[in-house]
Formats: sequence, C-alpha cells, structure tokens
Amino acid sequence: MLVTKENLEKWLEIFGDLIETNKAYLSDLDTPIGDGDHGNNMARGMAAVKETLASKQPEDIVGVFKVTAMSLISKVGGASGPLYGTAFLEMAKASAKTDDLAELMELALAGIKKRGGAEAGDKTMVDVWTVLVPKLKDNSLTQADIDAAVESTKDMVAKKGRASYLGERSVGHLDPGAVSSGYLFTALLEAGVM
Amino acid sequence: MKKIINNPADVVPEMVNGMVRLYPQYIEKIDGTEVMVRSDKESMQGKVGIVSGGGSGHEPSHAGFVGKGMLSAAVAGQVFTSPTPDQIYEAIKAVDSGKGVFLVIKNYSGDVMNFDMAKDMAEMDDIEVKSIIVNDDIAVEDSLYTQGRRGVAGTVLMHKILGAAADQGASLDEIEELAKKVLPNLKTIGVALSAATVPEVGKPGFELAEDEIEYGVGIHSEPGYRREKIKPSKELVAELIEKLDEELHLDKDKKYAVLINGMGATPLMEQYVFGNDVLDALEAKGVKPVFTKAGNYMTSIEMAGISLTIFELAEDKWLEYLNYPVETIAW
Repeated sequence: MLVTKENLEKWLEIFGDLIETNKAYLSDLDTPIGDGDHGNNMARGMAAVKETLASKQPEDIVGVFKVTAMSLISKVGGASGPLYGTAFLEMAKASAKTDDLAELMELALAGIKKRGGAEAGDKTMVDVWTVLVPKLKDNSLTQADIDAAVESTKDMVAKKGRASYLGERSVGHLDPGAVSSGYLFTALLEAGVM
Repeated sequence: MKKIINNPADVVPEMVNGMVRLYPQYIEKIDGTEVMVRSDKESMQGKVGIVSGGGSGHEPSHAGFVGKGMLSAAVAGQVFTSPTPDQIYEAIKAVDSGKGVFLVIKNYSGDVMNFDMAKDMAEMDDIEVKSIIVNDDIAVEDSLYTQGRRGVAGTVLMHKILGAAADQGASLDEIEELAKKVLPNLKTIGVALSAATVPEVGKPGFELAEDEIEYGVGIHSEPGYRREKIKPSKELVAELIEKLDEELHLDKDKKYAVLINGMGATPLMEQYVFGNDVLDALEAKGVKPVFTKAGNYMTSIEMAGISLTIFELAEDKWLEYLNYPVETIAW
C-alpha cells in the first residue's frame, strides 16, 4: 500500500485517539513491570503531534513524518520517546524516496532495534513490529494478527528496559510498548492505509 | 493522593521555576526548557562542562548539585521519565566552553537513549562529548541479558568527584578516565518502607503492608529482591553491609566514603540512627570511613526508605575531590 498525505494524517489521528482513550490502561499495564507512565507519556507526545501538525501544516509526507518524529522525541521522554521518535525519523528520511508503507515500516523497525538494542523475544514493542511488518508487505494484516502479536508478549521474560529487572516475574504481563504499538497497527487498518 | 501541587501536569515546570527563583545565586533556567545551568558563568570558562539529569522526582538531584565545583548543568525530565534529547542538547551547548562536555547518565534505557541522541546532535555541532553510565545499585544482577544495574545515589558522589576535577582544570579525556576508574568502586543498596506516587498517575507505584519492607527497591519504585517484616535498624544495616561487602570486599587497610541517602519520606532522625548503626557495623570489620555524609540526595518523591553507598577511595586524590569546596543548593 502507498502512503499519501491524507491517509498518513488519518493514521496519526486515529493512533492519537487510541492512545488518548487508552491512556490509563497503558499506564496501568506499565505499573507492575515498569514505572506506570507509558500512557501519560505517549498521550503527551501524540497531543503534541496533533498540535504541531495543525500549526505547521506540512506539505508532504516527508514533512508529516518529520513533524511527528520531532514532536515525539521532544515531548515523550523516557524510552518510548527515542524509540517511536526514531521510527518516525527513519520513515521521514526514507519517504523522500519511497511511499511504500511496508518499506517505510521495515526501516522504522530497523531504527527501533538499533536505538533500543532489543531483538524479537525480548518482550518489547519489537515483538509486535517483527511479526506485523511482513504482513504489510503481502497486504494481509488483520486485527486478529495484531491481537495475537500483542498477546504473545505476555508469556515472555523481559530482557530489555525496566521490566528486565523483574526477570521471570515479568511473565504474565503484557508489554505496554507492545500494546501501544498494536494501536499503531490498528490505526493503520482503520485509516485505510492498509 | 495528597500533595502540595497545582495541576499534576505542571509539577515539573513549576518546580523548576521555584528552584531557579529560590536559588538564583546557583542556578538559572534556559528559557523554554527545563534545563538548569550554573549562574556563575565565569567559573565554567576554559573548563570541561559536566552535565547530568534524569527524570524529576529525585530532588535535590540533579539541579541541587549544579554550581561551582560540581555540575555545570542539569536537565529535568518529567517525573520518573528521562529528559528529551533536545533539552539535553541545550544543556550541552550552554556549558561548552571549547573544552568539551561530559555527561553523567544513570543506567536506565530511557536515559541512555535520550542522552545518546543528544550526544549525536552535539557532535554534529562539533562539540566533543563523552559520558559515563552510572550503575552503582547492586540490588539487581548485572547481566548481558537485562538492562543491567541501575544508577542510584552513588551518582551524586560521581558528580562530586568529576565536578571537582573539572574545576581544577582536568581535560575531557582525564575526566573520562577518572569516571571509569571511580565507577567500579561505587556501590549502593537500599531498602524501601513505602512507595512513591507519581503526581500524574495518582497512586503508589507498589503496595507494601504496614509492617513490611522491601530490599533493593529502585528509585522509581522498581521491585527489589526480597520482602519481609520490618526489623530494627541494626538488622537492616547488617543485611545491607553484607551485600555491599560481597561486592567491595571491605578491607580495614583501605579507605572508604559512606553516603547515607534518604528516599524522600524518611526523616533525618531515622537516617542518623541508621548511620550510627552503619558506622558500628563497619567498625566491627575494622573499617573506619574517611568521609561520611547523610541526608536526602537522590530521593524518590515521597518514598520512605534509605540507601547506603560505600565508595572505595582507591586514590588519595578522590578524598580531596570529595572535600573540595562547592557552591550548590544541596551538597
């Protein structure tokens, strides 16, 4: 699928709404295995994205990706800021040359892995991205795929981030970053980018 | 939640404004940021800048240690959330006087990533930046398969040592070498009696029963290694000293500094009782610390609890650095 300025803005709007609606849920998920602020941090970031997009009115997808990346990097903080920020920054850089969604998201995933040093199986957002990005390539992504990918982090032992201090005790909890990443993919479906 | 605040979302900017307005002799704010930089600009000329920072909620860390002889600037993130790269970058730019800037980072994924991004930004501006990742908390295992050990109260001693060296004209390379030498000698362990409540979250980060304590809790309410019933101070001290001894192999012929750190809600009265027991326990091992300090240095909002840092002074110069005069809010 191809990214256009219209569907990209729609995607971000729906993602922002999902984050805002589920802010307390995300922070609750973060409480037993993190520090209880994932929802608030992401909501602050996506509110900044919305505000900056409205005030700066970027002309093309490069501009929209860039504004999104910079807002997330400067407003979210924690680990999520650099990770989501890097994902959108990689897409901003690549979108000058391609508007293919799967290609862009592949580069975004590579950026996340490089920034955070996490691999699949570490109970992080990477677990969701690794499973779902290939489904963008063959155009087969469904909500059931997203739910399964998010759910898969529940039985994993955290090896990165604050949850890693819990070791085995992290089992049984969903990874909050995986859940917010799930929303990003759900928003793709709902925005009709997919 | 019962706190003396206004809107929970405004806690950090309002706190920063309060700090710079109450202590203009030490710190000032960079407009449009939550960066607090040393007011005495003269004292930074021709010297390496030392920048630290992290989530808010650890006051007086980190801005309380900004001033002549210690930090050049501190960056305050949201509560328990790393500051963002753009803000750290502003701090780096503000304190660079051509000799480079050294970053003191506590080992949390967020801090490491955000400070790294800021470093990249500064390097594009041709500012030379080096850093140390402090991981003094021995409560969690240091493993390749986790984030590794956390940075806690020992970080304040790292600030002190590096700040003194920078003030005496050490180069960026010398500061890096010093930081690397200090790090393995710096060990901390703590115990918590109750959890902190992040204002925007509104409820405690974990629950402990009225008569329960937890060893090894982190400064953001990260879980520790064991829970049990509250015990007399002497017994708590015995447990903590034993853990530290396993790491440092306390030796009566070596020199040590001791930092007793309150987590926010533990009164000085209790810290002094604990301190008395710490000195007894060390004396029983033939160890007489050459530098001691107690108070609230690296807190966790209103968490009740205490941490004990023991720092082996492998070089005599380090004791001089600890005793070097500073002009800060909180040292």
